[in-house]
Amino acid sequence: MWFTLDNLATAHDTHEDAAHTSTGLSNVKLGMWLFLGTECLLFGGLISTYMLYRGRVGTGPRPAQVFDIPFTSVSSFVLLMSSLTMVLAVSSAHKRDDKSTNLWLVITALLGATFVGGQVYEFTAFYNEGMGFSTSLFSSSFYVLTGFHGVHVTVGLIMLLALRGMLKNNKVPGSRAETVEMIGLYWHFVDIVWIIIFTLIYLIPA
Amino acid sequence: MAIIEPTASSEASIAVIPPATPSSAMGALKRPVATKGWRQWVFTVDHKKLGIMYMATAMFFFLVGGLEAVMIRMQLALPNGKILNADLYNQMFTMHATTMVFLFVMPMTAGFANYFIPLQIGARDVAFPRINAFSFWALLFGGLFINLSWFLGGAADGGWFMYAPNSGPIFSPSHGVDFWALGLQITGIASLAGAINLIVTILNMRAPGMKLMRMPIFTWMSLVVQFLLAFAVPVITVALFLLSFQRNFGATFFDVSAGADPLLWQHLFWIFGHPEVYILILPSFGIISEVLPVFSRKPLFGYPFVVFSGAAIGFVGWGVWAHHMFASGLGPVSVAVFSISTMAIAVPTGVKIVNWTLTLWGGKLWFTTAMKFAIGLIVLFTIGGLSGVTHSVAPSDTQQTDTYYIVAHFHYVLFGGAVLGLFSGFYYWWPKMFGKMLNEKLGTWNFWFMIIGLNMTFGPMHILGLQGQPRRMYQWTENRAGEGFFNLAFWNLIASIGSLVLVVGVFFFLVNVFITARNGKVAPLDPWGARSLEWMTSNPPKEHNFDSIPTVHHLDEFFHRKYAEDANGQMQQIATAEEVLKQLEDNADTHIHMPSPSYWPIVIAFGLPVTALGVIYSIPLAIFGGLIILMGAFGWALEPSTAPDTDFDPPSSGNTSKDVVHVG
Repeated sequence: MWFTLDNLATAHDTHEDAAHTSTGLSNVKLGMWLFLGTECLLFGGLISTYMLYRGRVGTGPRPAQVFDIPFTSVSSFVLLMSSLTMVLAVSSAHKRDDKSTNLWLVITALLGATFVGGQVYEFTAFYNEGMGFSTSLFSSSFYVLTGFHGVHVTVGLIMLLALRGMLKNNKVPGSRAETVEMIGLYWHFVDIVWIIIFTLIYLIPA
Repeated sequence: MAIIEPTASSEASIAVIPPATPSSAMGALKRPVATKGWRQWVFTVDHKKLGIMYMATAMFFFLVGGLEAVMIRMQLALPNGKILNADLYNQMFTMHATTMVFLFVMPMTAGFANYFIPLQIGARDVAFPRINAFSFWALLFGGLFINLSWFLGGAADGGWFMYAPNSGPIFSPSHGVDFWALGLQITGIASLAGAINLIVTILNMRAPGMKLMRMPIFTWMSLVVQFLLAFAVPVITVALFLLSFQRNFGATFFDVSAGADPLLWQHLFWIFGHPEVYILILPSFGIISEVLPVFSRKPLFGYPFVVFSGAAIGFVGWGVWAHHMFASGLGPVSVAVFSISTMAIAVPTGVKIVNWTLTLWGGKLWFTTAMKFAIGLIVLFTIGGLSGVTHSVAPSDTQQTDTYYIVAHFHYVLFGGAVLGLFSGFYYWWPKMFGKMLNEKLGTWNFWFMIIGLNMTFGPMHILGLQGQPRRMYQWTENRAGEGFFNLAFWNLIASIGSLVLVVGVFFFLVNVFITARNGKVAPLDPWGARSLEWMTSNPPKEHNFDSIPTVHHLDEFFHRKYAEDANGQMQQIATAEEVLKQLEDNADTHIHMPSPSYWPIVIAFGLPVTALGVIYSIPLAIFGGLIILMGAFGWALEPSTAPDTDFDPPSSGNTSKDVVHVG
């Protein structure tokens, strides 16, 4: 959702100590968890729509005719590995090791970009095989669901690169490690959603 | 917005705000510093100013929605109405409902929540003040965007529930539905951001000792509402996206001829839509749960029951949505399940009504205008609730579906419930917000005209509906009106006259506001003998709310600071409100850093309607809007929410002092 753009901002909105809050969690962290909770409902709605319509191909291609499961498996693997590198970035940030943090953020962003590139390639291939956005209910709901996920990854990329830039110029206000951690939370969420989407769309036959 | 340094004496009530120097900090623009004129409002992040702006916006849309309602009633007053044609009539009822639900009641409750939650929990602002400002501007721009469609080819005309196929381009060829879908998307973003903000505020920013079960009921009910919003809004977001993709990019999600399932829309809409009705009503329940104890001179009867019944409504509210779809052929099992869950949700609501009634029981009742509206809510909401229970019986509901009986029901719960609660809140909290008392005499006129008007308007609709007059028909004819007591012509005319009586009632309120602003009576510190923390501040509250954050020991903390039991177990006054306040002032914090104003919330919010216009008319414009949002997000992220100490003139010694209190 468009609103994820605001996360970057959210992550910097306060430098209040977690110890000062009633729950002991910092405002930013609590807010981020709530936001991810709302995202579950967003993807829940999109996944339900896809599950309802995945068999309705009309005259267009069926899922099995277009999906290239080995290719998508590789790009899924790449995305999951980016979660690992994100964890390493957060860990370095907690150790105040700017150099490693920077390195892991760059690697995470590269892996994420590879995934998005793979999705662009996949969409192009499907389109060339005759599966346009409005070809069938299946194709529309497929593109909407995976497209929304792709937008989420892209927003994550923007946040990663912005974070790296700010880190480099020493301009991350407040607690740095927490900012990295928040973007990490978002990034892991997007990866977990992809596991569900990948299973439901590609692995379970319609 | 600034560093506030109250002196430690009793004159501390005049806070010293040192002039701030604008610096660009790390953002692209220099920070706004104006403390006067329109700039102090447009760039503010103060929850109280934003609360007032929410309320003013909501009041404006209330008048717009009311005008639409009056035009509907004028059209139906006499047979063969000629005021509106069929097309315009469709637009009118669609926009009336959309405006009243999304642009009046929701922002009004958001305004109350914004203003009073931080005060009630003993905080100086909300958790994310800039997100708060963003929410307001997104709501305002979203509301204006939806209404822009009136001037660009016609407004949405598919009903506020926007069922397929009426939402599709064949039955709704104008851009109205596009404006509607994208505009609601924008107000949805506002609601979502606001919900997260207020949940974090309530959970995280309570004063010491303010346990959850010591929170005022209004804050509790708002908390439930924010959770409902946080999880209901994403569902309508999905539905609206699907609709926009269908209308703008050729998808067929709700097109039966393409093999789609139009019930998908209905499910998505009502999974949002039913929690939505509790989103509308629970804040008013919270308001009157504050008002009734104060004017009964008794604590709220069964506080935990009121809290948990509110939470129960919040939970069960997720399991009743399909009762809006009984007529759509869901099958007997679904109908039975949703029928029973709908009956079940009447129970926690009934618990609340019992609690309010027993709060009144044996109390020393003081019939102020706020109290009258609160009692009006109990009575009229109960009527609406009872007709609601008749809908839960599915066979009876299939008779009532799409008749005026439904219209009667939801106006009794929403006008008789939600709106009366809001008016109760106006009269109760006006002195707190503006330091002046609303005129009680005009208030009485306001109350009685509204009560009579709303019963005249919506009461006859029960009869009209049971006689079979369909909802949304734009004309009726004399020869089908029937005879005797059930004559449709008679009751339609009564309902239309009633709507004018309602208009007079609202007019009295506006006059009251105007007169009070010009020469209203200055409010004493504690005009009602109130019980909760928001009254432990000056009228209106200072920018930083509390000179020192109170430590809370009781439910109804303010009351317990004023009264204590004597040896005989009788409540005796031990302090006046002035003395309680002075105690806080004497312990004032030095150097309170309030969050600083910012340009970015309004910039990002402005990007949203630009993007939406682009989606309808030209993709490059949408990209331009997206760039505004992106730029705003970066500007925002690079600007610390509280100005650095060096940014003040003279620079504050905040860095070295341990007394500095950072807010937000």
